Amino acid sequence: MTEQTCPVILAYALVLVGTGASHRMAGTMDAIILQILNGLDKGAAYALIALGLTLIFGTLGVVNFAHGALFMIGAFCAVALQALFNASTVTLDPTKLDFLGNPAKVETPYLVSWFGPEMGASIIDWSVPLAILFAFPIMVIFGFVLERGLIKHFYKRPHADQILVTFGLAIVLQEIVKYFFGANPIPTSAPDVFRGSLDFGVWLGFEANAIIYPYWRLVYFAFAALLIASVFGFLQFTTFGMVVRAGMADRETVGLLGIDIDKRFTLIFGLAAAVAGLAGVMYTPILSPNYHMGMDFLVLSFVVVVVGGMGSLPGAVLAGFLLGILQSFASMNEVKSLIPGIDQIIIYLVAIIILLSRPRGLMGRKGVMEE
Amino acid sequence: MSNSRFTRRGLLKSGTLAGVGLAMPTIFTSRANAFTNDPTGGTVTLGFNVPQTGAYADEGADELRAFELAVEHLNGGGDGGMLSTFSSKALQGNGILGKKVQFVTGDTQTKSDAARASAQSMIQKDGAIMISGGSSSGVAVAVQGLCQEAGVIFMAGLTHSNDTTGKDRKANGFRHFFNAYMSAAALAPVLKGLYGSDRAAYHLTADYTWGWTQEESIAAATEAIGWSTINKVRTPLGLGDYSSYIAPVLNSGADVLILNHYGGDMVNSLTNAVQFGIRDRQANGKNFEIVVPLYSELMARGAGQNIKGIPGSQNWDWKLQDDGTKAFVKSFGTKFGFPPSQAAQTCYAQTLLYADAVTRAGTFNPCGVVEALEGFEFDGLGNGKTLYRAEDHQCFKDVIVVRGKENPENEFDLVEIVEVTPVGQVTYAPDHPMFAGGALGACNPGA
Repeated sequence: MTEQTCPVILAYALVLVGTGASHRMAGTMDAIILQILNGLDKGAAYALIALGLTLIFGTLGVVNFAHGALFMIGAFCAVALQALFNASTVTLDPTKLDFLGNPAKVETPYLVSWFGPEMGASIIDWSVPLAILFAFPIMVIFGFVLERGLIKHFYKRPHADQILVTFGLAIVLQEIVKYFFGANPIPTSAPDVFRGSLDFGVWLGFEANAIIYPYWRLVYFAFAALLIASVFGFLQFTTFGMVVRAGMADRETVGLLGIDIDKRFTLIFGLAAAVAGLAGVMYTPILSPNYHMGMDFLVLSFVVVVVGGMGSLPGAVLAGFLLGILQSFASMNEVKSLIPGIDQIIIYLVAIIILLSRPRGLMGRKGVMEE
Repeated sequence: MSNSRFTRRGLLKSGTLAGVGLAMPTIFTSRANAFTNDPTGGTVTLGFNVPQTGAYADEGADELRAFELAVEHLNGGGDGGMLSTFSSKALQGNGILGKKVQFVTGDTQTKSDAARASAQSMIQKDGAIMISGGSSSGVAVAVQGLCQEAGVIFMAGLTHSNDTTGKDRKANGFRHFFNAYMSAAALAPVLKGLYGSDRAAYHLTADYTWGWTQEESIAAATEAIGWSTINKVRTPLGLGDYSSYIAPVLNSGADVLILNHYGGDMVNSLTNAVQFGIRDRQANGKNFEIVVPLYSELMARGAGQNIKGIPGSQNWDWKLQDDGTKAFVKSFGTKFGFPPSQAAQTCYAQTLLYADAVTRAGTFNPCGVVEALEGFEFDGLGNGKTLYRAEDHQCFKDVIVVRGKENPENEFDLVEIVEVTPVGQVTYAPDHPMFAGGALGACNPGA
């Protein structure tokens, strides 16, 4: 935690403690802990998207406005797999009538026919976790094709051109998804075993049901932490990662050593696409996927990247969690009663404060995005 | 002696001829522009302004299907749908006043400025004489204002805010869909029966005109049956993740969560509330309950199993058993393969009502249409006996109270009808405080 972020957190804590004194303290503590959990959860999604954005920017120098669309495509990989698992044989049941009075259609999923009712239903039930295996290769290949087919032609173009082409690409991708899946949100459930909530408060000495938190959100947080750790581990402890880090620091020198850094950076684009896609897959039980969900996350994720420091991977993760937590606190009634509307501007307000006091962001490096 | 060839008689003749000549274009112009977009050929153009992109695009698509069906029936095609059950027998399936009906479409994008722009284009470029459609009260209010200024009739689609026929009512605008007050009046007695009269409600409300009026209406109605209101929290539109707003509800002292959200917002907030175990909790010694005052079947599909058992209200449901509903469902279902939504039904009904009013008035002049619709009582369009009240241009009819079905038989069987609340129970005075602050004004024929 940098010294610039401490005053923001401290100010928040003072507001909350101050309001807590005038309200039920225990109730406020419940709410604070719940909002910390919420913030970590939101922050995990922001951090995962921002991590991919930063990877692409740090390696290829491309400002990728299509990154939110990659998150959305990941989510729709889960939807597609769910639809695939639910592919059914259709028979007519003369004992039941449809809405027009014709014999009703009865659908039996192929998986149920092949593996029996119990096993077939279990496979369908676990479609979201299984979609990780489905989405990973798709997203890597998609990222690879995207970089080779489009993005590479814009490396030497101004950032404004990159933004325009990637933003246009994002719109094209979401319209394609809308064409095939419709505009409405599509319910995508977590496995039955993860339905329900954990009584978190009991662990902390609160009364039963004081602080409960959905199991799947905890799973999402753990998954995000694991994914972030894997990306850092990959970059830190593998030869491939070492070369990539060297290329991020000094691309020309690495090239002079005879290493084809472009090929590695292309793979990094695929990896970043996969990170965004997997974040989308696991987010589907939290937010029913819709074609514009990527855009909803994109702007916030860019703020996260800027606040964290352009090109800084730890900065992106730190800023993701920081802004997620602050956004959750800003939604508390006690805070909103003091500063109406704060929940809608908090992220931008904090971004302004941080950038005024530290123009390179929390962990930005000198020379990145600077003439 | 003068050689001039001007004579007094000649001057008078020339003056008269010149006067007539000069007046001629004015006569023709005034004749041609008696009202905006007077259809002079063999066709008449209607403008259907629906969300074709954006979050409500599926709802817009269903509205367009209904409009297409209505036009087909007006022109004598198909099985006639509700033309055969409509109590008014003015329409003969030969277009409107003998002119073949054609239509143009616009995309509201569920944005007021985009909706106004597309409506304006349809009026000015395509010659649309009536505008209908929309899936948002913000859009409806904006387009209604535009139609008033332009001098065309606006037959509102799906708009539920009290303001549409309240403070923002306009003489050229008519709403068939019910409103937030009616939802509250129908729901409150059912909620009392389901959950008792000692309840504490917490409102999460979409922060725009529809959300505000629904929150006001539901809070007033539930307080009237003895419930208390713990908090009213406004949430941004299109938020996505509502967890930060749901978490404070858990230990707020409330035992009922009222979601004044619609569409995608409703799907997300309801899903989040269920994930946080609200329906499995107890508060104040009672089961924690969730209420969604305005249901949308199309959007409810997005909420999946989370809507089971949750009460709400609808303007219409395809499972109603009156002749009008049966005819419409058969007609729509046969053509498109699935039952119509309430948005489709209200758009279909509005198109027929406009055509019927023109036919009865014998003119496309908006002021004639307004006169024909004001105080018009009808039946056979799926909602039972209905009145288009003259004072505010709001339709008064029965309201459907529904609950999410526990064991749906198919993907369209999402809700079950709990009660059909009679119109008398949802009727209010034209000067009711929740609808105050506006006036219809005079009808505007435009031109």
